[in-house]
Amino acid sequence: MGDLMGHDLTRQSASTLADAISQGEVSAEEVTKAHLERIAEVDPRVHAFLYVDSDDALAAAKGVDAKRARGDRLGALAGVPLALKDILTMKGVPTTCGSKILEGWRPPYDSHVVERLRTSDIVILGKTNMDEFAMGSSTEHSAYGPTRNPWDLERIPGGSGGGSSAAIAAFEAPLAIGTDTGGSIRQPAAVTGTVGVKPTYGGVSRYGLVALASSLDQAGPCARNVLDTALLHAAIAGHDPRDSTSINAAVPDVVGAALNGDVRGMRIGLVRELSGAGYQAGVEQRFREAVELLEGLGAEVIEVSCPHFEYALGAYYLILPSEASSNLARFDGMRYGLRAGDDGSHSVEEVMAITREAGFGPEVKRRIMLGTYALSSGYYDAYYGQAQKIRTLITRDFDAAFTQVDVLISPTAPTTAFKIGEKVDDPIAMYLNDVATIPVNLAGNAAMSLPIGLAPEDGLPVGLQIIAPPMTDDRLYRVGSAVESALVDKWGQLLIEEAPAL
Amino acid sequence: MSAITRADVEHLGRLARLNLTPEEIDNFAGQLDVILASVARISEVAAHDIPPTSHPIPVENVYREDVVRPGLLRADVAAGAPAWEDDRFRVPRILGEA
Amino acid sequence: MSAHADELMDYDQAVSLFDPVIGLETHVELGTNSKMFCSCPTEFGAEANTQICPVCVGLPGSMPVVNAVAVESTIRMGLALNCDIASWCRFARKNYFYPDMPKDYQISQYDEPLCTDGYLDVIVPTDDGPQVFRIEIERVHMEEDTGKLTHSGGDTGRIHGADYSLVDYNRAGIPLIEIVTKPIPGTGALAPVVARAYVAELRNLMRSLGVSNVRMEEGSLRCDVNVSLAKPGEPWGTRSETKNVNSLRSVERAVHSEIERQSALLTSGGRVIQETRHFHEDTGRSTSGRSKEQAEDYRYFPEPDLVPVAPSLEWIEQLRASLPEAPAAKRARLQESWGITDFEMQTLVNTDALDVIEETVAAGVEQSAARKWWMGEFARSAKEQGIELSQLRVRPADIVRVEALIGEGALTDKMARQVFEGVLAGEGDVDSVIAQRGLVVVSDDTSLLAAIDEALAAQPDVAEKIASGKVQAAGAIVGAVMKATQGQADAAKVRALLLEKLGVSE
Repeated sequence: MGDLMGHDLTRQSASTLADAISQGEVSAEEVTKAHLERIAEVDPRVHAFLYVDSDDALAAAKGVDAKRARGDRLGALAGVPLALKDILTMKGVPTTCGSKILEGWRPPYDSHVVERLRTSDIVILGKTNMDEFAMGSSTEHSAYGPTRNPWDLERIPGGSGGGSSAAIAAFEAPLAIGTDTGGSIRQPAAVTGTVGVKPTYGGVSRYGLVALASSLDQAGPCARNVLDTALLHAAIAGHDPRDSTSINAAVPDVVGAALNGDVRGMRIGLVRELSGAGYQAGVEQRFREAVELLEGLGAEVIEVSCPHFEYALGAYYLILPSEASSNLARFDGMRYGLRAGDDGSHSVEEVMAITREAGFGPEVKRRIMLGTYALSSGYYDAYYGQAQKIRTLITRDFDAAFTQVDVLISPTAPTTAFKIGEKVDDPIAMYLNDVATIPVNLAGNAAMSLPIGLAPEDGLPVGLQIIAPPMTDDRLYRVGSAVESALVDKWGQLLIEEAPAL
Repeated sequence: MSAITRADVEHLGRLARLNLTPEEIDNFAGQLDVILASVARISEVAAHDIPPTSHPIPVENVYREDVVRPGLLRADVAAGAPAWEDDRFRVPRILGEA
Repeated sequence: MSAHADELMDYDQAVSLFDPVIGLETHVELGTNSKMFCSCPTEFGAEANTQICPVCVGLPGSMPVVNAVAVESTIRMGLALNCDIASWCRFARKNYFYPDMPKDYQISQYDEPLCTDGYLDVIVPTDDGPQVFRIEIERVHMEEDTGKLTHSGGDTGRIHGADYSLVDYNRAGIPLIEIVTKPIPGTGALAPVVARAYVAELRNLMRSLGVSNVRMEEGSLRCDVNVSLAKPGEPWGTRSETKNVNSLRSVERAVHSEIERQSALLTSGGRVIQETRHFHEDTGRSTSGRSKEQAEDYRYFPEPDLVPVAPSLEWIEQLRASLPEAPAAKRARLQESWGITDFEMQTLVNTDALDVIEETVAAGVEQSAARKWWMGEFARSAKEQGIELSQLRVRPADIVRVEALIGEGALTDKMARQVFEGVLAGEGDVDSVIAQRGLVVVSDDTSLLAAIDEALAAQPDVAEKIASGKVQAAGAIVGAVMKATQGQADAAKVRALLLEKLGVSE
């Protein structure tokens, strides 16, 4: 990897930093300090972080250095800094989910993901901004103000995990954790020119992940390149008995796949329904070029049809609000978080309603009401029940497609990053950002977003979505790594290096 | 699939324990109507013989052993509580009448 | 509480005019070590909020995991109630806001209960002899208990008029099974007795299965009692639901008073409204619950955080094969083997003494002796302490030991009572109580003869009477000797020595 002396530590990949730390070329403390300095420098403009835990991060980094000095075995990413989405609990550290209703709440326990990060000796820098309770595609629905896209500070960094994608794209951290309920890892990755993976549902434990929609939520890795993403994926994935939906099987060899990018002989399906109307011209152009690239690398690309995908958005916007309306009921001001209106004159029912009025933002209220409606008696069959049947049909579409091909591809998002404020008051326009990512969550597949270039019309990043059947997450990395290598060969560097200096 | 009225919104607000201002009721009535109209397309699909999917990955019979393990310290839970008294969570009076 | 008392009709008149239809929903806490969905302990009476974790306090991010023993217990109960066991079913969320419910939804089962369509036969004594009623079971399902509220401020400690409430989540998440009957018509005037007998039999069944100890005084069994009335031959009327009826006696009284209330209402031109009522232990009557502005809409949907329960046929059959003898069958068998009357058996059942007596007999004690001890000394002691027989310190092994000592002549009956007094008071096991209290039968002839001489000398007139052949007068001397030896002598032996000494025979 060479000597990092004199290089900017924040511009390095996670694997480079981990090697350098394990070789003693640089200390984990120096690496962490460099990133904390970068955060201090650029985050006032980017606003990727809601909370930076400098003391604990430095202490953790020193702990890694001490372990190394003792000759203890270190994890593959030991000493590498990471930005954690503020939806995962971390003992004693504020966890707000981007909401006022949890302002100041410090959970008394660690999420499974945080436990795994700690045992991997990864250094957690702090908590990143997000749309309130992960409801949104722009991070504008955070109660703490929007995060800005490092490519253009007037634009959104995607959502709901815009804080995590922006932190990586702004070189504030080489790694981040996101969560993906309808595209909240992949769409932010696409619009910030970074890599993000939604693992197979159940691949990473949800214990300690504050639930939005339990049957759709999945935590996953974010980084600036495919190998770093795979290393982080391997660190957090695997069975956890505290999550009943956690898959009790060996984690696919994602790191091995990332090191062996090769699509020769692979059959790749292009989903007919995930293109056309609503897709920006530059997005479609870069996507077509990616298809040609894959063919050039030896893959066979065929078009496949998933006829029920056109109903995915409708099913999703019934299932998600329904589950969310129940999951968010517990935020009632009784046990933790905000309590409003408790002046002695109001009953418990009234205090709950006043607290929720004061603590939730408009998008959260909108979805709670939508979900309450979809589950209420007389409407259940037509809405929630029918949506769950559509879900079956979408899964069958995937099953049929995967009899013909090894992976599916599409653009990750229909457009590049839009302007802050452009869609915030138009829920339907906002929901359409997730049209290509949502089917994956409904069926539980694994999927990756990978940068494939800048749209000619606006010079903003475009993402390629790769979709694999459940528990074949390694295929994402095999394809992603091949595409990334070919593009780096073509461009001489990763796309993210082209982002303007902040 | 009927239009959402203000009364519907108020009812939903009560069920979901959400106080709503008159402006919010107006806004939400309109927005929910638009959203429901756009998602209602799913009813076009003839699916009466299709089984519903509640869990994306089919797994069954996940249990834990009936063994006691340490939980949380009371002090840690108390620290996060909005109101605490006599080792318990203090909550406002339960009935609406004074 | 509502200010005016409901009109009641005389019970005999009420049941001459109307046929009651009853229904019971019974919630019982299972006796698992840990909670339904987390590994917190379930012990009763722990300090507030010391048996809690992220799951049972509903902290953000926490997730439930099903207790295997709770599922097994529910299946066993379902089998014992002759139910069908679902081959595949799910948990569901029941959504409603209440401060004792940490997540503001309860994990329960809705349209896919684990057990359905069973029955339980209960026997009720009548003037015409025992009568059997078959209670049909609609469903048995699993759910979680809520936390416990205490109401502060105001004057009564009741929910009404309280200034605020306090919540302890130790109970939140304790596994419950809910057993729901189908409507039970045709019990006539016996409705309250049948309701009581059904709940008692459920309790016996759960205890015999070992799935719950059913401590009713700790609130581990709670009933909701549905009652409606119909004129003979007419359709059933509107039913009321009386909530949280927590003892056998209360079940009987709740049905009784609801029949009286509804019949008074119906005959005076009123109508029964479908409502929730609250039962008051002190008055034996119920009052109307607060009328709800809106009908409840629980918005049930399948619990996405838990995977389906799909018990294999092999597992179900294995559990079926290992079920213990049903309580009714066991009663019939024991009654025959012990040769006791219906009445005597009923008394044993009503005193909850059957199991301990059976255990004592199984340990080798003669059944009449076992019944004598448990129904006598021990029943009194349990009643005084307000506990159940099985909670007493005395074990069947203690009775075995004492009976053996009596047989050897090492203990007298009176001393045996003293031994048990010590055992019940926690002084130790039989032998240590005997040692500590110095309870030794005085059997050595020399000291007994000395005591007899002393007694004869003290009562020369009595001595003369006996010597002259009036054997019945011997009791006074024997009594004096027993007193002098503090009861530690064998009275029969004293009598024999006395008569021998005076040269008379019986």
